[in-house]
Amino acid sequence: MKSITKQKPFEEIKQQLEGLDRVYIAGCGTCTTMTKTGGREEVLAMREQLQKLGKLVTGWIVIPTACDEMTEVAIKQNNGALQNATCILVMSCALGVHKLSTYIDKPAIPALDTLFIGVEDGPGCFQEVCAQCGQCILGETAGICPLTACHKGLLNGPCGGTNNGKCEVDKEKDCAWTLIYQRLKERGRLDLMRKYHSPRDYNVAPRPRMIRIA
Amino acid sequence: MAPSFREVLKSGKFVITSEIGPPKGTNIEKMLHHIDLLKDKVNALNVTDHQSSVMRFPSIGGCLAIKERGGEPILQVTCRDRNRLALQAELLFAYTRGIRNVLCLTGDAVVVGDHKAAKGVFDLDSTQLLRAIRQMESGKDLGGNDLDGAVEFCAGAIVTPEANPIEPQLIKFEKKIEAGAEFFQTQAIYDLDKFAKFMEYARKFPVKILAGIILLVSARMAKYMNENVPGVFVPQNLIDELTAAPKGEALNKGIEIAGRMIATLKKESMCHGVHVMAIGREEVVPDILKAAGLAT
Repeated sequence: MKSITKQKPFEEIKQQLEGLDRVYIAGCGTCTTMTKTGGREEVLAMREQLQKLGKLVTGWIVIPTACDEMTEVAIKQNNGALQNATCILVMSCALGVHKLSTYIDKPAIPALDTLFIGVEDGPGCFQEVCAQCGQCILGETAGICPLTACHKGLLNGPCGGTNNGKCEVDKEKDCAWTLIYQRLKERGRLDLMRKYHSPRDYNVAPRPRMIRIA
Repeated sequence: MAPSFREVLKSGKFVITSEIGPPKGTNIEKMLHHIDLLKDKVNALNVTDHQSSVMRFPSIGGCLAIKERGGEPILQVTCRDRNRLALQAELLFAYTRGIRNVLCLTGDAVVVGDHKAAKGVFDLDSTQLLRAIRQMESGKDLGGNDLDGAVEFCAGAIVTPEANPIEPQLIKFEKKIEAGAEFFQTQAIYDLDKFAKFMEYARKFPVKILAGIILLVSARMAKYMNENVPGVFVPQNLIDELTAAPKGEALNKGIEIAGRMIATLKKESMCHGVHVMAIGREEVVPDILKAAGLAT
C-alpha cells in the first residue's frame, strides 16, 4: 500500500512560497521515496531549484515515515535548521503535511499533490484498487472493486461506454466490469454478476471519518 | 385523445421514436421547430439529457415543450448529474406535468463533455434508477418514506446489441428488465444479421425493442463511429456505398440507407420498432421515414 503523489507544477510551489525566503525541506522515506516524488534525490533537486530561485534552504530531511509518530522525533532532532526557516516545504503525501502541521508552528506547504492510495501492480505501476468506502463488496466481484476500478463506480454491471474491454474515458484503462466478468466466468460464478446491488450507503461512516480503537 | 406511448408499445404496431437535442442557450426556436416537424410523424420523442456530457437546456424543458405542442415526450434521465434526491424530485415534477415516459440511462462520463472538471455524481446507476421508479410507483421514496401522490411511468432503458464482449451487456440488459424496464432503445445498429441474432435472444423477454438508427451523413462519419463509438460497427459495404455517392449526395445516401434499414426491420418484423437519431440533422427525419415507406 502506498500513498501515490505527484509533484505540483513548480510555478505553483513558487507562488505558495512567495514572501517565504527561508525554506526547510522535508521528504519522506516511505511512499514518496518509492514513487520518486519526495525521496533524497528529489529533495536535493528541490533544494537546488529553490536556491536558483534565490531562496535560502536552511536544511532538509528525509523523515523515515512522515505520517507516523516518528515525525516529531525526527523534526526535533533538526530543530536549529527548522527554527531558522520561515516555512517547511513538505515532499510527503498530504498525511505527512497534516502530521507536520500538528508539530510545527510554521506554515507547512505541500510540494506534492496526493492522488490516491495504490498498490504496485508491476514495476513502477501503481493502481488504485480501494476507495475505502466502508462497505466491501469484493467477495461478490471477484476481488475487483467496481466502485474504485470503474470510472463511474457502477455496481450493477458495465455501462454502454465500454469497448473491447476498455473504459470510455481512457482506452489505456481496463473496464472494471469486463475484468470482473472474465474472472467470475472463469470461476463459474456469473450468478454473482446477475445479483442486484441496491444504491450504496454513502454515509456508512459519515465524513469526516474517524475511529477510536479501545 | 392520442394513445399513450405505453399503449402504442402494447398495440403490436411498428413503433417509431426519434429524438430532440435541446440547445446550448436560451434560444429554443430551432428545438421548437424540430418538435413541430416531428411530433405527429412519430409515436414519441426523446429529449436528450446533456448528451455526451455537454451542458444544455434540460431534457425536462424539452419534454414540457413537446407536451405543450401536443406530442408525446420520453424524458431521458441520466444518473451523471443528480443524486437520488434530485432524480426523484425530477420524476415527481415530470409526473405532475403529464410526462409519462422515462428512459433511464447511466450517462456518459463527465470527462468526455465540455465541463471536464465537474463532479460526476452516479449516486444511482441505470438499473437502480429503474427500480427507484417502480418503488415510487408503489407510493414510497428511496428512503422508504410515504409519498403524498405516487408516480406512474412507462420506463425504458438502453442496450448495446453489438458490444464486445456482449455477455456482460446482456446480463445488464436482464437486470434492467428485472428492475422494471418495459422498452429498450438500442445503440445504433447497422449490421442487420448481427441484430437478428441479438433479437433471437431478446425476444425471450417481455419487453419491446426499438432498434437504434443513427443517420450516416458521410463515409468519414461512419469510419469515425467505427473507431470511436463503443458498440457501433458500420459494415464496409455501407461505407463503400457512402463513398461512391456523388459529391454532395452523401447525406441523401445516408437517408436512403437509414430508410432501407428501417423498411427491412419492419417488413421482416425483426423488432418492435425503431428509434431514429439524426443528431443535429433532425430536419431530415421525415425524409428518412419517407424513404422507409413510413411517412404519414
